[in-house]
Amino acid sequence: MAYTEEELKKELETKEYEYGFYTDIESDTLPVGLNEEIIIAISKKKEEPDWMTAWRLEAFKHWKEMEEPDWANVHYKKPDFQAISYYSAPNKKPKYNSLDEVDPELLETFKKLGISVDEQKKLAGVAVDIVMDSVSVATTFKKTLAEKGIIFCSISEAIQEHPELVKKYIGTVVPQRDNFYAALNSAVFSDGSFCYIPKGVRCPMELSTYFRINQAGTGQFERTLVIADEGSYVSYLEGCTAPSRDENQLHAAVVELIALDDAEIKYSTVQNWFPGDKEGKGGVFNFVTKRGLCEKNAKISWTQVETGSAVTWKYPSCVLKGDNSIGEFYSIAVTNNFQQADTGTKMVHLGKNTRSTIISKGISAGKSQNSYRGLVQVNSRAENARNFSQCDSLLMGNECGAHTFPYIEAKNKSAQIEHEATTSKIGEDQIFYCNQRGIDTEKAIALIVNGFSKEVLNKLPMEFAVEAQKLLEISLEGSVG
Amino acid sequence: MLKIKDLHASIDDKEILKGINLEVKAGEVHAIMGPNGSGKSTLSAVIAGKEEFEVTQGSVELDGEDLDEVAPEERAHKGVFLSFQYPVEIPGVSVTNFIKTAINESRKARGMEEMPANEMLKMIREKSELLDIDRKFLSRSLNEGFSGGEKKRNEIFQMAMLEPKLAILDETDSGLDIDALRIVANGVNKLKSKDNAVIVITHYQRLLEYIVPDFVHVLHNGKIVKSGGKELALELEEKGYDWIKNEAVV
Ligand SMILES: Nc1ncnc2c1ncn2[C@@H]1O[C@H](COP(=O)(O)OP(=O)(O)OP(=O)(O)O)[C@@H](O)[C@H]1O
Ligand SMILES: [Mg+2]
Repeated sequence: MAYTEEELKKELETKEYEYGFYTDIESDTLPVGLNEEIIIAISKKKEEPDWMTAWRLEAFKHWKEMEEPDWANVHYKKPDFQAISYYSAPNKKPKYNSLDEVDPELLETFKKLGISVDEQKKLAGVAVDIVMDSVSVATTFKKTLAEKGIIFCSISEAIQEHPELVKKYIGTVVPQRDNFYAALNSAVFSDGSFCYIPKGVRCPMELSTYFRINQAGTGQFERTLVIADEGSYVSYLEGCTAPSRDENQLHAAVVELIALDDAEIKYSTVQNWFPGDKEGKGGVFNFVTKRGLCEKNAKISWTQVETGSAVTWKYPSCVLKGDNSIGEFYSIAVTNNFQQADTGTKMVHLGKNTRSTIISKGISAGKSQNSYRGLVQVNSRAENARNFSQCDSLLMGNECGAHTFPYIEAKNKSAQIEHEATTSKIGEDQIFYCNQRGIDTEKAIALIVNGFSKEVLNKLPMEFAVEAQKLLEISLEGSVG
Repeated sequence: MLKIKDLHASIDDKEILKGINLEVKAGEVHAIMGPNGSGKSTLSAVIAGKEEFEVTQGSVELDGEDLDEVAPEERAHKGVFLSFQYPVEIPGVSVTNFIKTAINESRKARGMEEMPANEMLKMIREKSELLDIDRKFLSRSLNEGFSGGEKKRNEIFQMAMLEPKLAILDETDSGLDIDALRIVANGVNKLKSKDNAVIVITHYQRLLEYIVPDFVHVLHNGKIVKSGGKELALELEEKGYDWIKNEAVV
């Protein structure tokens, strides 16, 4: 990680949200509002088979009967779900054979994001499937993957070309009626990624997707489905940036992971949606449902670095169904200014000898509120389940808050559950010590925060760790002094 | 090099330094002694630029430049180094990473390129050998769980790496065992030259047997009440501070 800090510093001269630009690409947007016609229209636009349309409509039926939850430690003005447009796609049809065919403005956008496809292509071992607004517009490395029988494409494409897989697995981990936002997503999801790793195959590269909200007043409803067949392995990276906009933008994604017997999935996220300005205006509402299912001897690791969004509501979870399966959750959540985050995980131990690890690092600055909420549930038949949880909070200043809500439900006496929690504050003495060694305050904070977050940063793939460090620094700039 | 004139400093309206005068020239070693609470650490913090202390009167000059408006990190860039009496812990940041950041920040401030990795490694190897520091130690989190003596040795390691112009060692000897004291003192002596200067704050004559001072000052109640040569330290060891306190009152 050594060389990166310097590189990062150079890029950090500007204090405003770096990715706050808006690309002017003609979009094909449905009228605002939500009803059955709109859902049918979405499904039709995407040329979906009837079973998919029916599945969406069923979700919508559930959603209408549900209420937006309010148990989380966040306060915001509830979105008006009838004032949102549920579909927008870049206008020019996104089937390109080469980059030359891609809308130059779009390429420009990617460049600003620092993730031009060209560059990504060269980056060793990273296949990129970029979601611009709602529709995938570029997919690379497909051929290499295809040779191994790996399917990595947009979910729309998967619905067309691998309906049997989608039909078999979609909604099996996060059912349509799981929660309010998941039901909404199931009804209106626009696009997202699909990934299937065949039996015994080790995916030779990190798979990555970049998401981005780009259309005024457009909600984003990605749907991601990752299936690791028996004995396979995949590492999946998801990174998000969003342009700054005044009105709140809703983001309600669903991610389902399925790790069959002896399979392993690593899912890493760097989330940097627009957090709102210094006065707390604007910013993305991020209500995400992420869950993975582990069969026998399977393993799922969630690693997340959450720096963005005005409101975050997110609990990547593992259902440890198979015996000897393992669930891990490593998280860094940063809040600054008026951001609010209520995030954590759920580890549900169903099988015997199941193990889970939770490492959560919360960093709060400004007037923000940062809550960890975690549930460790041990079923009565889960003999010898083990969990270790560690929740550390780092506070900067006196106006922010850190909260920890650990819930434990153990129905089997053999369960071993350990929970540790610490709260610390960046002290003036630490800063002075760094200053005395020639390190200015901003850099000192970055150093202290990196140190605090190290256990989690170390879990990220190298190229992502770089991005993550950069985001930590950007998000905390100007928070002391 | 360092010129302190009639320096008054206070914290929370409580005056702690009450008119300090001190001049340190290149090539010199000064020792500052004095009873607990007399203001020794405060003086070193004020020289280093700690903002909690308010300088109400007088000045600190480095090479003719008034440091009043100079931030602590800039003072460091100009070659001021403070070995802390109580070094702080920074969890998750290794000694190596910390010192690398410190060196490169200073170089950057001086318009230099970052130190190439191999050069850095070579320097780390040299200096850790000089101070008899186990390399494994360098990958541990800064000061976290270090013993008292390890913390002090690590301060001197950082000093060796940063090669300061003016080093202030605030009770670096306390906590060091007899062998460590000799090693650290030797280290300091090796780094001494006619171009840099050292201020040693200590309670004990022992350290001054190794790092021989040109001048010894006694700080009492925020003022330097007596200055002399290295014999003064011996005298203090023998007689304690009372006679000076009395002298000062008279
Ligand atoms: N942050 C502070 N707030 C209030 N008083 C302080 C603060 N820092 C130092 N003081 C006071 O200033 C006086 C001088 O303290 P200082 O640490 O400089 O003494 P010292 O000479 O280094 O003592 P010692 O030999 O014990 O290290 C003491 O009375 C101390 O309580
Ligand atoms: Mg002291």
